[in-house]
Amino acid sequence: MSLQASTMMDEILKSHPGSQRDHLIPILQEVQAKLGFLSEDAVVRIGRHMRIPASKIYGVATFYNQFRFTPKGKFHVMLCRGTACHVKGSAKTLETLTKALRIEPGQTTRDGLFSIEVVACLGACALSPAITINGEFFPKVSQTKLAKLLDECRQKAGAVAPAVKVDTTSKSSRRGRTGKMEEKSS
Amino acid sequence: MKLEVNGREVKAESGDTILDSLSREGINVPTLCHMKGMTPTGACRICVVEVAGAPGLVPACSAPVADGMRIQTHSPRVLDARRTIVELLLSSHPDDCLYCGKSGRCDLQSLSQELGVSQRRYGGDKSVKEMDLSSPSIVRDPAKCILCGRCVRVCEEVQGVSAIDFVGRGSRTMVATAFDKGLNVSSCVNCGQCIVVCPTGALTEQSSVDAVVAALADPGKYVVVQHAPAVSVSLAEEFGYKPGKDIDGQMVAAFRRLGFARVFDTSFTADLTIMEEGSELVQRVTTGGVLPMITSCSPGWIKFVEQFYPELLPNVSTCKSPQQMMGALIKSFFAQREKIDPKKIVSVSVMPCTAKKFECGRSEMGRDFMPDVDYVLTTRELGHLIRRFGIDISALKPDTADTPFGERTTAGKIFGASGGVMEAALRSAHVLITGRELENLDVRAVRGLEGVKETSLKIGDLEVKAAVASGLGNARKLMEQLRAGRKDLHFIEIMTCPGGCIAGGGQPIGMDAAAVKARMQALYDLDGSAKVRVSHANTHVARLYKEFLGKPLGPKSHELLHTHYHERKVVL
Repeated sequence: MSLQASTMMDEILKSHPGSQRDHLIPILQEVQAKLGFLSEDAVVRIGRHMRIPASKIYGVATFYNQFRFTPKGKFHVMLCRGTACHVKGSAKTLETLTKALRIEPGQTTRDGLFSIEVVACLGACALSPAITINGEFFPKVSQTKLAKLLDECRQKAGAVAPAVKVDTTSKSSRRGRTGKMEEKSS
Repeated sequence: MKLEVNGREVKAESGDTILDSLSREGINVPTLCHMKGMTPTGACRICVVEVAGAPGLVPACSAPVADGMRIQTHSPRVLDARRTIVELLLSSHPDDCLYCGKSGRCDLQSLSQELGVSQRRYGGDKSVKEMDLSSPSIVRDPAKCILCGRCVRVCEEVQGVSAIDFVGRGSRTMVATAFDKGLNVSSCVNCGQCIVVCPTGALTEQSSVDAVVAALADPGKYVVVQHAPAVSVSLAEEFGYKPGKDIDGQMVAAFRRLGFARVFDTSFTADLTIMEEGSELVQRVTTGGVLPMITSCSPGWIKFVEQFYPELLPNVSTCKSPQQMMGALIKSFFAQREKIDPKKIVSVSVMPCTAKKFECGRSEMGRDFMPDVDYVLTTRELGHLIRRFGIDISALKPDTADTPFGERTTAGKIFGASGGVMEAALRSAHVLITGRELENLDVRAVRGLEGVKETSLKIGDLEVKAAVASGLGNARKLMEQLRAGRKDLHFIEIMTCPGGCIAGGGQPIGMDAAAVKARMQALYDLDGSAKVRVSHANTHVARLYKEFLGKPLGPKSHELLHTHYHERKVVL
């Protein structure tokens, strides 16, 4: 955690003295508003302040869609999965998007350029299927249009990455039941 | 208060839940999420009964009784509801009972059979979730989890650790650690209480059975085994005997049939621990060392104190646990004496504990890149091993463990119960300080299943104040008192599991409080009828000091039998 973030955390926690459990969600909201996401450090510090184990805070935070655990990308893509957009094929748009960026909703690409968030309705049903990128609306997003939009973002960021190939032929691959091995504890 | 249950009049007490009253009457209502003595959650609904006048079915585990209540426990409506609940649980459950370690001991499996579920009526998507193999002690398979929450509650309410909780929402809910990381980097202390209470195969131990079988078959290896005090009084349950039966002799005979070259009794090093730890206590008291001294036998507790109370680490005894003392002696003294290359020795230990699997892999617990103990088997895994090799335990003639680490006193044996270490230590500390034996060797105040026990004992001029806690939730209460400045105590015994090793995370599956009581009684019966009941009278321990170690707390002891622990950073 950077010094600046750390001071911000201190200020937020100072404004919630004591350790009443009903302050947990407001604190989480304030931290996310200031830092953009809930980092591991932030959760541990909130836990220490409130005397709540990190697992419990993570449990509460994952219950709600509003909390994220990775920083947003430089281009935050919000994709509408409301009824009208669904009828106009937003499921396919989402599939194209996740495949092109190789991340799931709620995640951020490794280069930090893109993040995806699925929302219930953007209130722009006439423009369906609709997405927003950093708050700017884009109507009637076809697969080719989506590829073009992502390319434009990349150019804006000055990235030298090659244009995204949108592959719509292959079936979505399912992750198998592989064992998870993490670093051994000392 | 009177109830009418299935047309019969039944007495009830106010404040009872329906389930309490029914079980007193011998009416079994199935449960999944229910845990005796803990706040009911009513999460699984499998215990529903029909109550006349109630709008729907009522969960027996959480609904209080009322006078005149008319209850149907096994009406068609109730049975139908229960079966549907099980069928829905099965709809996303993997169909792999044949490959599941809990098969035959699985509550979900037996419920499904009891309720006559014979075909799949709801075809749901099977859960595909990654297994967590990161912990040296515990394997988590979230695909088999039915979200009953027993593990979450035992971790929080009994152990005060809260390494896991419900994460996510709706059909994506799962039990996981903070940030869904591996258990190995979480605050999990590897106690395995979650395994013992888990009704399915979602939580099992990291098994070493195959590795031990391979070592036994390797002619280039010299495989020795040690067994913990609490194993001989619980292993019988794995073979269908009543709890509380001690089969020490048959177990030793089974070890020989399995092909172990030597069989050692960890109770021997428990006696040795008393000599070292007792001397350490006397030294701390007489030279103004850090007090109270806290025991260090229980590896779950050690990880707990490293994470949550690092400032109290100077209070923790520097003695290794009996398992690790034995391991160190086998690959040093024993190897030298028998002229065996320690690299050829495979040291196996059978423990009532899953945290011991973690302990034997700690960097403090070996020398020259060689662990002192290679594999740890739980009581359950030993049962498995004996069955795999087709050994009929009831047909075996009792045998005795091998020298030089085979003799034990019952002071070492009672290590298996909460309060045992304290009792054994007080018996020997009395002699160390005054030169005389305690008049009455029974220190009853520290026995039993209570969470925290305290006593004081006059030893010479000193009034020794001792406290015993079992279950880390209880240990936490005591540690908070120390943190707040409590200063009167001299010696504290902590056991990770509630009741001590007899209720360890490696013991037979189930939440049977009566079984734990019976195992404890078996240990004290052995102690009550024994001739030698004090560790300092163990002749082999005395010989070991004469031939090899020198004296308690001497340089050789320090090299092999003592260690230091450090603060551990985990996601708390």
